[in-house]
Amino acid sequence: MKRNPIVREIGDFMLPAILMFALYVQFHGDYSPGGGFQAGVIFAAGIIVYSLIHGLERTQRILPPAAVRAGASIGLLVYAGVGFACLFLGGRFLDYNALLPHPEGPNNPHGQELGIFLVELGVGITVAAVMITIFYAFAGRRDDP
Amino acid sequence: MAATAIAVVRLRGLLAVIMLSGIYSLISAALLTTLDAVDVAMTEAAVGAGITTVLLLGTLTLTGADEARPSRPHRRLLPLAVVMVTGAFLVYGTLDMPDFGAADAPIHRHVAPRYIHETATEVGVPNIVTAVLAGYRGYDTMGETTVVFTAALGVLLLLGVERPRRRRKRGDEGKDS
Repeated sequence: MKRNPIVREIGDFMLPAILMFALYVQFHGDYSPGGGFQAGVIFAAGIIVYSLIHGLERTQRILPPAAVRAGASIGLLVYAGVGFACLFLGGRFLDYNALLPHPEGPNNPHGQELGIFLVELGVGITVAAVMITIFYAFAGRRDDP
Repeated sequence: MAATAIAVVRLRGLLAVIMLSGIYSLISAALLTTLDAVDVAMTEAAVGAGITTVLLLGTLTLTGADEARPSRPHRRLLPLAVVMVTGAFLVYGTLDMPDFGAADAPIHRHVAPRYIHETATEVGVPNIVTAVLAGYRGYDTMGETTVVFTAALGVLLLLGVERPRRRRKRGDEGKDS
């Protein structure tokens, strides 16, 4: 596919839009459909498109496999970390009300929002990293003798 | 959808099969959209129609593009019987389920009213799906994330971490950027 100029140009043209849309789905998940999982998958799809157009080697120079693998665990750590942060701040595990101080009543929308934001971020990072890792693992075998 | 599924079973050219399975996913995404499950439809379109197709195509370059003809004819009766019995049980199971969209179905009376009525005050996030997913069902979502992570671990164990070779050095340079 590298040789086909139409595919290359359209892909390069669409790529920023795809990545931007992934970020939109990620950070706007509170208000519109979508969330971490969808955003992660869309982001990974964008990277895969880049890889199909420009080759695996060039993609791995931008996103080294080791870094992507680390990203998979970092996302999970963010999620679990939020849970433990709630624990240490006096709430229950993943009880976002404890994240921010809240004088008024038992409900704490700001804490909830922050918690959900961070947790979705963790999900997004993990899912994107895992999808890219799996793609690398499959596509990387092609080079093997 | 049924036509695509049957075509997937009958065809032997694997490229066409992969394309058809992508189309199948896209149709189910459209179906989910009409059911107002936009979050799920998004996932289906991106994972089913997008990434899975690419991964299958990648596998296709490793294997051949044609399904081998079975060396001897299959015995068709036993699989057919298994499928029919399972299908009959599934249909039997749906008989005492509430009607589609019935407002008094158990699923709509258990925790759903609380989610719908209280999300605005308890969580304060407009998208209830997100609130349920990351808030009320936070444990489940963490488990799901762990499952996804484990899937990557499994693939890496099976297909192997890339061996260090000369490309490695250039990869390290790229890490800084």
